[in-house]
Amino acid sequence: MSEIRVPGTGGPGAAPDALLEVTDLTLRLPGAARPVLDSVSLTVAPGEVVALVGESGSGKSTTAKAALGLFPPGAVASGSVRFDGAEVLGLTGERLRAHRARGVALVHQDPRAALNPVRRVGDFLVERGASRSEAVELLASVGLPDPERRVRQRPHELSGGMLQRVVIAGALAARPRLLLADEATSALDVTTQADILALLRGLRAEHGLGLLFITHDLHLAAAYSDRVYVMYAGRVVESRTAGALFTAPAHPYTQGLLTCSPTLGDTGTPLHPIPGRPPSLSDTFPGCPFTDRCAHSQPTCETWAPIQVALPDGGTAACALLADSDRPVPSVGSWSARRAERVGTAPSNGTDTAQVIHE
Amino acid sequence: MALRLALRVGRRLTGVLATLLAASFVIFAAVYAAPGDPAVFLAGGRDKLTPERLAQVRAEYHLDEPLFVQYGRWLWDCVHLDLGRSFKYSDQVADLVAARFPTTLQLVLYATVLFVVLGVGAGVLAAVKRSTWVDSAVVGATTLAASVPSFVAAIALVSFFGVRLGWFPVTGSGTGFLGTVRHLTLPALSLALGALALVSRVTRQAMVDAAASDHVEAARASGVPERDIVRRHVLRNALGPIVTMCGLVMAGMLAGTVVVETAFGLSGIGSLLVGAINTHDFPVAQAVLLLMVTGYIVVTTLVDAVHPLLDPRVEGAHR
Repeated sequence: MSEIRVPGTGGPGAAPDALLEVTDLTLRLPGAARPVLDSVSLTVAPGEVVALVGESGSGKSTTAKAALGLFPPGAVASGSVRFDGAEVLGLTGERLRAHRARGVALVHQDPRAALNPVRRVGDFLVERGASRSEAVELLASVGLPDPERRVRQRPHELSGGMLQRVVIAGALAARPRLLLADEATSALDVTTQADILALLRGLRAEHGLGLLFITHDLHLAAAYSDRVYVMYAGRVVESRTAGALFTAPAHPYTQGLLTCSPTLGDTGTPLHPIPGRPPSLSDTFPGCPFTDRCAHSQPTCETWAPIQVALPDGGTAACALLADSDRPVPSVGSWSARRAERVGTAPSNGTDTAQVIHE
Repeated sequence: MALRLALRVGRRLTGVLATLLAASFVIFAAVYAAPGDPAVFLAGGRDKLTPERLAQVRAEYHLDEPLFVQYGRWLWDCVHLDLGRSFKYSDQVADLVAARFPTTLQLVLYATVLFVVLGVGAGVLAAVKRSTWVDSAVVGATTLAASVPSFVAAIALVSFFGVRLGWFPVTGSGTGFLGTVRHLTLPALSLALGALALVSRVTRQAMVDAAASDHVEAARASGVPERDIVRRHVLRNALGPIVTMCGLVMAGMLAGTVVVETAFGLSGIGSLLVGAINTHDFPVAQAVLLLMVTGYIVVTTLVDAVHPLLDPRVEGAHR
């Protein structure tokens, strides 16, 4: 899927096939002890579905919004965010607005919050660049029944699933080349979720859109996308093709995410939650940010500054154990066994350590 | 749908009438309980006043009857659009009020236009330029304007714009549209000044709250022009509190024009009321108070009626 090319994309000077290219993006907030994003790099090609996975606060939404030049107030960004070869960081005023109005569109997590409750659905679409007649067509194209009536309705008259279709129609109204879906299906019930996912995939194929799909659900990400970036504490910890990630996760955190959620037909296997809690912005890390919660943690991890280690299959992972080539890559099995032992002996070990560091 | 609308209007009207009835009794009882005996005034003062003469006057004006009988008689006449005769002028009260009311109404409407335009404008400016010197300047200037009593403001405006610059007439209410506007500008301005702080601050806060909504950020993320965001999302969604506050301030002004009318020599219902109270002119005082209460109720009811238009969710929330 990642091989699909859309003719005419990528102007002169652009990376050959990247629609979105984020390089070493570091984002600092005043008052935060560590960067919100730390050296994040990722690419999305036209027609590609790329998933960004992580716990809440891992920086996945912040990364996606950076593609729009949308940063939290007071944030200082360094690195590079290029869309279609053009730098997004440093855009201001009318040029920033024009970038947001074209090219990239964000599908919000909560459709009810993303729509102005006192304005009509049609106004929402027209405001984003559609004409009145196009608004009806857009609603029809995202599978909303009776679109002529819908454009005159207000958000409170529509269900959550319908509203998410409206929000997607609003994103398409700008004729974007890249869609950012920020937990776009998390608030919906399962059947609606499946409909919306199928719709997004269809739109991507139809228009050759790049899709950056943000979710906390690693199983969904692996099943739905071509490539997956796993984020932890503002860093990308693993970047793999979906298949490789699911069958042979390299980073202990990815392994933990996979073993802590139940899968069908696997009811006998105990679930292993990752000990400790996701780090907050006041936690600082001299070494690997995951070491406090990691079952494979070594003394060197406390001071090892994470770098992306290339894996044989072309992916990368930021783990000291992989950097040290003498040591074998830990497998899921050994991870589970060793972590079970650790949890058994000191259940709250990870939490305690984290709190000590926090204080 | 039509039935539901009729039901809603019916319920609203019933509420208005019940409020008016209760208010009319309070007004009547209050004037009745006020110190001083109108019969003494009607009989021409305490000199040469015989008890027989007093009793005769009382009987003539039905002042010897119990409160409830008097109230019932007055209410019955009011319902038949007969507000009685003034004790003092012997004219029909309705004529007196009708002659004075337009001036007050024009004054209040003019002041409302001024405080809505200036107050909401200043509030929008402060909200858009939040946490800058513009914001502080708006808050400072409107607070200063509100802390000046309206009679002081009136005198200051008269001495500067009326006497020194000679731009506006100092007294009277003028004739014709332009004449009225010219004559009422200074009174309306001194009436509106006190409301500026309240209205601009409510506007600013409502806009700041509305600007914090997710849909505003969503619109910004979609590259909607900032002008449209402020107008169609922020201000549009902040209108509820703004309209309510403007309505309440305007309704309050209907009963608060006395000072300004006196300062600028306007003969509106404010000065009529003060005169009536000083001379124990019961029918006039009651009629003016009733008119003020009615005006207040009408304005607040209109504001309530406008709310479903501003926020379509309100209609759904009502039964």
